[in-house]
Amino acid sequence: MNIYWDSFKTFFHIGIFTLGGGYAMIPLIEEEVVNKKKWVTKDEMLDLIAIAQSCPGVFAINIATFIGYKLRKTRGAICTTLGTALPSFLIILAIAMFFSQFKDNKVVAAMFRGIRPAVVALIAVPTFNLGKRAKLNWYTIWIPIACALAIWALGVSPIYIIMIAAVGGYIYGRINKTSCNS
Amino acid sequence: MIFVSLFITFFEIGLFGFGGGYGMLSLIQHETVEAHHWLSTSEFTDIVAISQMTPGPIGINSATYCGYTAIHNAGYGHLVSILGSATATFALVLPSLILMILISKMFMKYMNTSLVQSIFTGLRPAVVGLLAAAPCCFATPRTSLHLSRILGSLVSVAPFLWLPLLVQVILKSIPSA
Repeated sequence: MNIYWDSFKTFFHIGIFTLGGGYAMIPLIEEEVVNKKKWVTKDEMLDLIAIAQSCPGVFAINIATFIGYKLRKTRGAICTTLGTALPSFLIILAIAMFFSQFKDNKVVAAMFRGIRPAVVALIAVPTFNLGKRAKLNWYTIWIPIACALAIWALGVSPIYIIMIAAVGGYIYGRINKTSCNS
Repeated sequence: MIFVSLFITFFEIGLFGFGGGYGMLSLIQHETVEAHHWLSTSEFTDIVAISQMTPGPIGINSATYCGYTAIHNAGYGHLVSILGSATATFALVLPSLILMILISKMFMKYMNTSLVQSIFTGLRPAVVGLLAAAPCCFATPRTSLHLSRILGSLVSVAPFLWLPLLVQVILKSIPSA
């Protein structure tokens, strides 16, 4: 089978069957790409996850692009990326068209008034998970708090927060290095 | 014109959105709700809820939906709105595609250097804060100036909070000295 079509189809399948965002995709991608198709090895997959996590952008897209590039360079990357994004795009499009017509329906409106507070909780859970993975301690716990306050209370653009955090990390690294050398 | 700014906005979000789809939410919210007024807060909250309930990456789902709603709210019909969602999704994916291809080309050469690693030391905790800000913004649309002033004066002392980090560095350097 044509490898472009095959890679597109594989990632299209993965895109359809993952609920709960990019991280839920990892086991599916491992099953399809590592165990069945053998496009990447298990070790490569681990490196890939680490890199995809530390790069900006949607996690699942980063992984798909990387695997596609490894298969057939830029053209492969475009195939796998399209495959991952397309199911989401089509499903959401259908819902968006449908929802804009039924939004004013009393039952639907009441349902979403109920869902809204729950969304806060739905995001609180990944926040704590991410905090665990970032290995926060008593010296660093103020950073997420200050960032959240700056965005929420002062309306600072998150883009500036990202830039300041990157520069701050760089300065911290330099200070750490010089104080260790001296 | 709205298509151009939609493209630029979501390209920026894709470029600066660390921490995956969830980490992007506060960026998307800030840009679409507060900066450009394409959506209302309750519309955005609905979009987040629907993005989580449907299959696929949260980032792609919410970008597609935001693009559609933004154009729809601007008074265009369904077909033009589909173009809006395509624009937002494409713009969000493009930085990932370019960056990951570049990184694959350089074969992770720079990923383990101390420069990149120390930048990520700063980014990781900040991304947690970004994520924490998103539900705060849903829960309370900023209306009370009083509260923000008090918090503002608190946050202005934030630079001094780097001190604990410096203390940690000094503590680390003592045994090696």
